[in-house]
This record gives sequence, C-alpha cells and structure tokens, in this order.
Amino acid sequence: MTDSQSYEDVVKDKGETQFAQFEDERKGFLGTVQHTLHVNPALVPLIILVTAIALFGMLLGQRFFSAGTLTLILQQVQIVGVLAAAQTLVILTAGIDLSVGALAVLCTVIMGQFTFRYGLPAELSLLIGLCFGALVGAMNGFLVSRVKIPPFITTLGMWQIVLASTYLFSRNETLRSSQLREEAPSLLFLGNKVSIGGANFTFGVILMILIVVALAYALRSTAWGRHVYAVGDDPEAAQLAGVNVHKTLMSVYILTGLICAVAGWVMIGRFSSVSPSASTGVIGNIQSITAVVIGGISLFGGRGSIYGAFFGAMIVGVFEMGLRMAGADPQWTFMLIGMLIIGAVGLDQWIRKVSA
Amino acid sequence: MTQPILTGKNLVKRYGKVTALDHCDFELYPGEILAVIGDNGAGKSSLIKALSGAVVPDAGEVFLEGEQVKFHSPIDARAAGIETVYQTLAMSPALSIADNMFMGREIRKEGFMGKYLKQLDKKKMEDFARQKLSDLGLMTIQNINQAVETLSGGQRQGVAVARAAAFGSKVIILDEPTAALGVKESRRVLELILDVRSRGIPIILISHNMPHVFEVADRIHVHRLGKRLCVIDPKDYTMSDAVAFMTGAKEAPVQ
Repeated sequence: MTDSQSYEDVVKDKGETQFAQFEDERKGFLGTVQHTLHVNPALVPLIILVTAIALFGMLLGQRFFSAGTLTLILQQVQIVGVLAAAQTLVILTAGIDLSVGALAVLCTVIMGQFTFRYGLPAELSLLIGLCFGALVGAMNGFLVSRVKIPPFITTLGMWQIVLASTYLFSRNETLRSSQLREEAPSLLFLGNKVSIGGANFTFGVILMILIVVALAYALRSTAWGRHVYAVGDDPEAAQLAGVNVHKTLMSVYILTGLICAVAGWVMIGRFSSVSPSASTGVIGNIQSITAVVIGGISLFGGRGSIYGAFFGAMIVGVFEMGLRMAGADPQWTFMLIGMLIIGAVGLDQWIRKVSA
Repeated sequence: MTQPILTGKNLVKRYGKVTALDHCDFELYPGEILAVIGDNGAGKSSLIKALSGAVVPDAGEVFLEGEQVKFHSPIDARAAGIETVYQTLAMSPALSIADNMFMGREIRKEGFMGKYLKQLDKKKMEDFARQKLSDLGLMTIQNINQAVETLSGGQRQGVAVARAAAFGSKVIILDEPTAALGVKESRRVLELILDVRSRGIPIILISHNMPHVFEVADRIHVHRLGKRLCVIDPKDYTMSDAVAFMTGAKEAPVQ
C-alpha cells in the first residue's frame, strides 16, 4: 500500500460501526406532523373534509347536517368520484389523463346507441361499452409507453378525438329517460337506490365506494400496486430493479379506460338519460384532476393515496352543496376550490422535503 | 485452471459510429473479486451492461457456468442469478426499504388471500429485509418501512448492496459503489464487498478509485479502447502501473 491512501487508515483502524444507522431523529412537533403526513398522505384531505362538514353543519344546522343531504352529496359526486379513481391511477405513474370525462360520455353513447340503433340487448351493449373504454385506455397506454408521447399530449389529442366521435356517432341524439326505462332498464341499474333511514345510497354511490376500496387494496397490498408507485417515482430505477414498466403502464391505462366506462354507466343511472352533450365530456377531466390534487396525490407521481382522491371529490361536493344552501354566489365555490388546489400542492411540496 | 463462472467472448457493441466494445473478452472465476478499471469512455459500462442484460451485444457470446446465455433485459440476468448494483442504485425513493428490496420479486401470502387476491406477505418481506441488513452489519434498523429517500447516501448504498447480496446467487456486479460516498461510508461498503466474497459469491467491481481496487480485488481487468488490455494481479503491480496501462502510457505486460 502506498502513502497516498493512508488518509483512510484512521477510519479503517477505528473500525467505524456507526455507519448505516437508521435512527429516528425527532425534529419537534412540526417534524412529527410532516412525518405523519408523509406516511398517511390522505390525512390532510380527510381533516379538511371533516372540518368542512362540521362548519357547514354548525352554520346551516339540520338542513345540511342530515343523512338525506349528506348522501345527496355522495350522489352528486359519484361520477367525479369514479373518474377521480381512474385519474389517480394515471397520476400515480406521473402521467395525466385529459380524456377521462369525454371517454365516459362516449361510453354512455355507445351503451345507449348499440341498444336502440342496433337493437342489441342492453346487457350486451353495456359490455361493449366497457370493452370500448378499456380499448381507448389501451391506445392511450400504447402511445405513452411505446411511442413515448408525453401523457399530457396523448390524452389532450385523445380527448378531442373522443369528444368529436361522441357527436359524430350519436348524431347529436339524446336518449330519454322514458325510452331507457321501458327498453333498457339494465342501463339505469346504477340509478336504483337503497334507503336506510333518511340516507339514500344509489347503486352508483355504492359502486364508487367499492371501486375506491378495491383500488386502495390493490395499490397497497399487491405487487402490481407497488410497481405502479415505483414506475411513477422513477421509471428507470423501476426498470433496472426488475419491474416491467411497459406492462405496468399498459395495465394502468387499460384499467383507467375501463373505470371511465364504468363512470359512463354511473352517469346513465344518475341522469336517467344518454346525452352526447353532457358537461362531463368537457369538464370531467378538470374535475377529476381537481379532486386528485386536493386529495394530496402528487402530480409528480409515486405519492399519494386513492382515498385522498375520494376525499378530494367529497370536499368539492360539500363546498358546492354547503355554499348553495347558505345562499352564497356559486363563484365562491370556485374561489375556495382554487385556493384549496394551490394549498394542497404547496403542502405536497413541503411533505416531499423529507430531510427529517 | 477452474472453469470461469461468467465468460464473455468477442463481445461487440456499437452505438452508431462509436464502437463501445470491440471484440472484448471477459472472465470471472468463482469466489474472486474482479475489478474492472479503465479510462472514461473505455467501454467499462458497456461491458457490464452486456453482461447484466441492460444492453444486448451486437455480436459475441456470454456464458454462465459454461452454458451460453442470452439476456434481453436485466430481469433475465437476475433470474439467472446475476445481480447488479447500478451507480444510480435503481431505487424508488418514496417506497420503503422492504418494498425496494423486493421490487419485482414480491412474496405473496399463502392460501386464498395470496392466490386469488394476490395479497403480499409484508411481514415475511420485512423480516427477510431486516435479517439481510443485519447480516451485512447494517444493524440498528428501527424502521424497515422507512422511505428510502429519508436515508443518507451511504445508507442507500448499503441497502442496494444488501439487496444484491440477498438475491445474487451466482454473480454480483457493483458499478462504482463508492463513487458518491464519503471516506467512512466507502469503508463500510468495501467491508460489505469482502463480506459477500467470504460467503463464496464472486463480485465484479467497477471503480475509479485505485486504492479501493488494490485493496479488495483479487485480479484486475484493465479495459482500454473497447477491449481487455490485460489482466493483472494487484500484488505484482503498483497503482501507477495500473493507471499507466489504462491510459496507454505503458506497454501492457505480455500474458
């Protein structure tokens, strides 16, 4: 050994053992809060949701704080809730899907028109609609993962394509409630409700909750879920660590498309009609992204919990309902939601600073 | 002489007009630490990538334990028992130590929950990860569910080496494992390397740090202009000799 390396001898001889310690350094109250939020990202939206319900409850009393009103909020957010679940998957992979709302509307049109124009049984049309959603999702996935077009661009294009297809295919024709009820009741299935006391749960609301719970399980407790987070975190690292990034992205986009189609089915139940000009086609993407962001899911991918997206959708619903009941100008809702979005992302940046 | 465990023959890899590997040969023998040194751009990384499946060579053959293998991705090489610790470490910062160690080879629960609901056996994976880290002296771990981004550079390196050591059954490749580390952390990683060898697993060590190379390597593969220039025994040559071979300042010894 030459002299040139003797600088290392100090360390060598002392036999340092204090190297890779995983000690838990406490950094006071703020550090603890940051750590807790880092581990449970859905906690913030939950706190905001509970606070908002409590505030409106105190302000408006029984009128707001009743089983009927609270479950009505659930019914009003069911479409956005399902879309937000789909959006969460894509955003966790550091992507974004602008086509979710438009795809849901196109799927409603397919389910409706295949039944009425082509005379297929409603159940079969429903199945075709679901498959079509998955197919469009697969196209998005292929363009993102194989052709390497950024998700924003891919889905921006797909959004316009899907929106235009909706009008062209439907010939701008609306299927009315009475038609549907007589000839295709299974399309309206998710509009049925069960009432417990004053609470009304439509099947659509129940399905939304089931989807969120099932996805939460899949993301947290299966290898697939871990891979989704890893791909969103750092796709190259995930690839080198042995994750099939292409397969993971494809599965995410296909599942997203399928869930959008389910959102379409929920829409038919909610509105009791099939309309190609439903507003979800134009604003569904922004609504779902809003819910996801307020829910504390990082747009940079790899962080957040799907429960957050659900709470985010609920927060928007609570604000809308509460402010309307209080007789405020609806613009206040948008202003509050705007502030929440910025606040939520600011908080996300703080949580990501994990020197603690 | 014993049969090499990992052999590369006539490996060629071109990137456009650049020839990164020019009919390169390579041998790794059982139980040894083979250092690969070479100037920047000599083709060390291409050689390692060809052996670990990260790139597919244009020509040439790779043999593992005498049998020809063709890797199309790092997953193939891993399945064959070759683990690589990349310079970038290939870890997902937001996920836990246990999640990272088992990325791509998660253990599922037995019975209904595992088979039909594909539920992961988190406890088993955490216990295994804790055990492996302790084996390598990365003790005093309090929380195996800590996110990797909350660890220091040395700790992350330790986890990456532990991951390779835990699963690498035949060969472990370490790409610049000490490049980003302080003196103290480097020391620990070198100890880890010696520890892994003592358990009979051969190691390929790519490094720029001559003192480290000369301290732990059994043989040194000098890479120059896309091929193997020579293989030297660190006991017979000095560090300046090695640098001279590597840069072409000195004629390579005849084998």
